[in-house]
Formats: sequence, structure tokens, C-alpha cells
Amino acid sequence: MTRLWQAALLLFALVAIYLLPGTLKNYGVYIVTLWSVYVIAGMGLNLTVGYAGQISLGQAAFWGIGAYTTAIALKAGLPFFAALPLSAALCFGVGLLLGFPALRVQHHYLAFATLGFNVLVFLAFRNEDWLTGGTFGINNIPRPILFGWRLRAPLDFFHLTWIATVVMGALMALLLRSPWGRAFAALRDNPIRAESVGIDTTFYTLLAFAIGAAYAGVAGAFFAPLVGFIEPAPFAVTTSLSMLLMVIAGGSGRLFGPAIGAIVVVLLPEWLRFAAEWYLAIFGVLIVVMMVWLPGGLLSIPDRLRAARVLK
Amino acid sequence: MTALLNVRDMRKDYGAIRAVDGVSFSVDAGEILGVIGPNGSGKTTLFNAILGQVTPSAGAVTFEGQSVTGIKPLHLARLGIGRTFQTLQVFGQLSVRDNLIAAGQEFGGSTWRRLFAAPDAGLGARADDMIALFRIGHVAHLPAGSLSYGQQKLVDIAMAFMSRPRLVLLDEPCAGVNPALIDQLTDLLRQVNQQTGATFIVIEHNMDFVMNLCARVICMAQGRILAEGAPASVQANPAVLEAYLGS
Ligand SMILES: Nc1ncnc2c1ncn2[C@@H]1O[C@H](COP(=O)(O)OP(=O)(O)OP(=O)(O)O)[C@@H](O)[C@H]1O
Ligand SMILES: [Mg+2]
Repeated sequence: MTRLWQAALLLFALVAIYLLPGTLKNYGVYIVTLWSVYVIAGMGLNLTVGYAGQISLGQAAFWGIGAYTTAIALKAGLPFFAALPLSAALCFGVGLLLGFPALRVQHHYLAFATLGFNVLVFLAFRNEDWLTGGTFGINNIPRPILFGWRLRAPLDFFHLTWIATVVMGALMALLLRSPWGRAFAALRDNPIRAESVGIDTTFYTLLAFAIGAAYAGVAGAFFAPLVGFIEPAPFAVTTSLSMLLMVIAGGSGRLFGPAIGAIVVVLLPEWLRFAAEWYLAIFGVLIVVMMVWLPGGLLSIPDRLRAARVLK
Repeated sequence: MTALLNVRDMRKDYGAIRAVDGVSFSVDAGEILGVIGPNGSGKTTLFNAILGQVTPSAGAVTFEGQSVTGIKPLHLARLGIGRTFQTLQVFGQLSVRDNLIAAGQEFGGSTWRRLFAAPDAGLGARADDMIALFRIGHVAHLPAGSLSYGQQKLVDIAMAFMSRPRLVLLDEPCAGVNPALIDQLTDLLRQVNQQTGATFIVIEHNMDFVMNLCARVICMAQGRILAEGAPASVQANPAVLEAYLGS
């Protein structure tokens, strides 16, 4: 496939996703918007985990920090387009701090360090009533106003979220194409070699966490007005696990991995609803099957097929 | 004239094992120094201690008259000291060409500005030159991790030269490389040495390679320097022969 065809196909897909929810009922639009939000958070985690090779089980904490920051800011009367960068910046800062343990420990130790961080943030959401409303959460979070128009209709809000997702995706693509993207991959592949060729692994490790966290912050900023009511539960460690599953199921270290992975995590459970109480079991089996036969994720299927054809 | 690199009384202990035991030597700019010695004699550890990969137990290193003892590999790299590794160390998932660019992109300019630089960081042409020089054009677009051992070794060596270092420490560059290529590698290194004035310290077990390339050789045994001098005289030294053949 030539580059031109690829670009045309991508454009078609982006526009189709923009238009498709127009045919859905409100609940369907909500699910697709949720998918879109997850894609943003997943792209950030994909940078941290897939490209820079730093394991993180704390992405939902950043997602939560972004959501609470936006909710509180909106309730205080700040416009959405001020709350959004605020959420991203706050997550960037906290993400930078979470990068420091990664300078000392790796792999499963780092997994537990980030998991501990997620638990800590979750407890803060639950216990700091004065700020977060505790277990009651924050309700009546208003939808953004765009050119004097409040995006109350689910479809309007989806369109805004989807445009943000595409913009964040484009920024990520540019980042990954730049020399920084190569430095992140070098850090992942061989940190010792990276240092010996002048790559500042401290800098890139911290930035991998900070940028990944900022993406989760943006996702959170859209999540809060999407649901209109937030409480601590969605930001627990289980969501971080789902987000990691998303990155791996889609294809870790592949640009479009999170978009595919989010289908598995957000849409697949919906499609499996026909199976009633069996749906979690089916979901579990599918994940096991996929991890065993497709450890490279769904986007590794074309490579697999190509390799199989070469062998024949 | 002061030496380019000066190592004084270098020592490295691993628990009770004294891997490097009071080694002193210096290298002049433009020189090619060979380091030989039996397995386990402390050659790699000496490199690692000079390069800040491990913290020396004692000793001092100066580069261009400036103390660099215990400085981290990152900063030594930026001062102009490159290295290759005895065990393969490439960026496995990156293409060969990206490996080379990655090995040169962080030199000069600010890290922040590189975010907005061209994807190849302006090093595409230099990477292609290096690919041609090392004859790895047919695999340039493959992930480096998928190459054969010898091919990865060549990538590893080529990477060390991307930043135009003034001093390069090579740890067994010939190991696993086919004999026909070893002669080419000798020519290549001599060529780089003459054209750029780069200085080399080469650990190698291949005596032909050492004899051809190096003007001066150090032989290590049990963490110490056993003999030093012209390659032929070191090779003929009875103590050296005994170290290699003896217990
Ligand atoms: N990380 C380490 N921990 C403990 N001992 C070590 C370590 N690295 C090296 N040693 C010991 O130090 C001694 C010197 O090892 P070194 O790798 O420097 O030898 P070498 O001369 O490079 O050998 P070769 O020619 O086989 O590469 C050996 O006895 C080795 O077991
Ligand atoms: Mg060695």
C-alpha cells in the first residue's frame, strides 16, 4: 500500500467515526464517546509503556486527577478550555514526580510503585471530602460551551471529544516521528547503550511519564463533563489494569494500538451483553486466548500474516 | 604534550575479587593502543571503570587534562568518548539506520529543540555513509535485533563513530565477525584513525588484528599490567606466553 492510500484510508476512518454515531441512540453515542476518551488516555500510556518501556499501573490515577481538576474548575465557573490545559499541566507535573521511582527500579518493582501511587490517589479522592466530595463525588458537572453554544446534546459532545482525540493523536504522531521518539525507543530497547551514546535516560524517563500522564489528564477533562458526575470508583487500580490491557491488546508501541485496544476494553464488553452473566467469563477467555496467541496485540496480525506468507 | 587519556592506579573490587588491581597507562592523541590478556584478566572491567559504567574502587582518570574519574557514561559520551561493548548492545527493535541516528542525535544542540528537529535529526546522510562504509546496506531497514551476531557487531561498532568521538574504546570488535571482514575492519579503523585523528583503545584476542592495527600493546593478567610495548615484543615476552598457556 502506498503512503497516499494509507493517508486516504486514515482520513476516511477518521471522518467515518465522526459521522457514524449520528446513527446511534444516546447510549450508543455515550459508549463511543467513552471509547474516544479511553483512546486519549491509552495513547499516553502507550508512550510510557509501549515506546519508552516503562511499566505503569497508575494511568487511572492521572485520568482521575484530570477529571477532578476539570470538575472542580468547571464548578468554580472556569471555562472548559481553561480547565482542560490546567488538568493536562497538573498531570504533567505529577507524572514527572512519578517518573522518579522509575529511575531507580524497573519491571515488576516499578509496576508495584506505580500501583501504590494509584492507590494513594484513589484514597485521596475518597477521603478529601472538602475538595472531592468524598464517596458522594461531584455532580452536575456542566458540559463545555463552544462559541456560546453549550454542548448538551450527546452527539455534539462526542464531536468535540473526537476532534480532541484526533488532535492528540496527531501530536503523538509528530512526537514519535521526532528525534525524541527515537530516544524513547532507545531507552526502551537498551538503556545502558543509550547512555553510552549520549542519550539522557533520566530526562527521557521522566518525560515519558509526564507526557503519558498529561494525555490521561486530557482524557479525564473530557470524562468529567461526559458523565456529569464523578466519584472515586472509576479511578481505581482496576481501571489502570484495563488501560494497560488496552495498550497490550491493541499492540504496544504501535501508534494505533490504543484505538484498537480501547475497542476490546470498552466496546467488547457491551457487545457481549447478550451473554448476560456469562459476559465477564467470555471476556476473560478471549483475553487469555489473545495473550497466548497474539502477544504482540491485534495490530501485529498483518505482520504475522506477512511473515507466514514469506515462510511459504 | 599531555596524554589524551591518563589512567592512574585504577582498581576495581567485586567483593573479594580484585578484577582490576592498580593499572596505570596513558594514550596519546591519534594513537591506537591494544589491550590483550587471558579471559578474566580484567580488560572489560578496566574499560567499565574508565567509562563510569562501574564505580572504580580507587584510581584516577583524566581526559584532555580534565579529571573524569567516576563520571557517568552519559557525560563521558558527550565529552567525546565513544565505546563498543563485548556483549551485543544494539537497540533491537529500531532499524539499523535508526540505531545509527540514535547514536548521534544527542550531540550538539539542546534536547528541547530536538523535539522540533527533522525526524532524522540531520544525520540521515551520515548514517547512510556509515552504512556504506560497514557494508550493511542490505539490512539497513531491518530491526537491528533481527540481524546475525556478526552484523549486529558491525552495527555496534558503527554506532560508536556516529558522534565523531575523539576517543573510542572497543571491546573485542572482531569476536564473531567473519575473517574476511576482520581485514576490512582493520582497514576501516586505520582509515578513520588517519582521517579524523580519533584515538582507539582496542581489547582483542585476535592477535593478527592487534599486530596489524596497534602500535603499542598492553597485556593484562589477573588485573595487572604484565607487559607493555610494541606488539611483537609483547607477544614474544615469556611472561605473556606463560599467562596465556599457564595455569
Ligand atoms: N559484575 C561483576 N561482578 C562480580 N565479578 C565480576 C563482575 N564483572 C567481572 N567480574 C570478575 O572480574 C574478573 C575480570 O573480568 P573481566 O570481564 O574484566 O575480564 P576480561 O579480561 O574482559 O575477560 P574476557 O577476555 O573473557 O572478556 C573476572 O574474574 C570476573 O569474574
Ligand atoms: Mg571482556
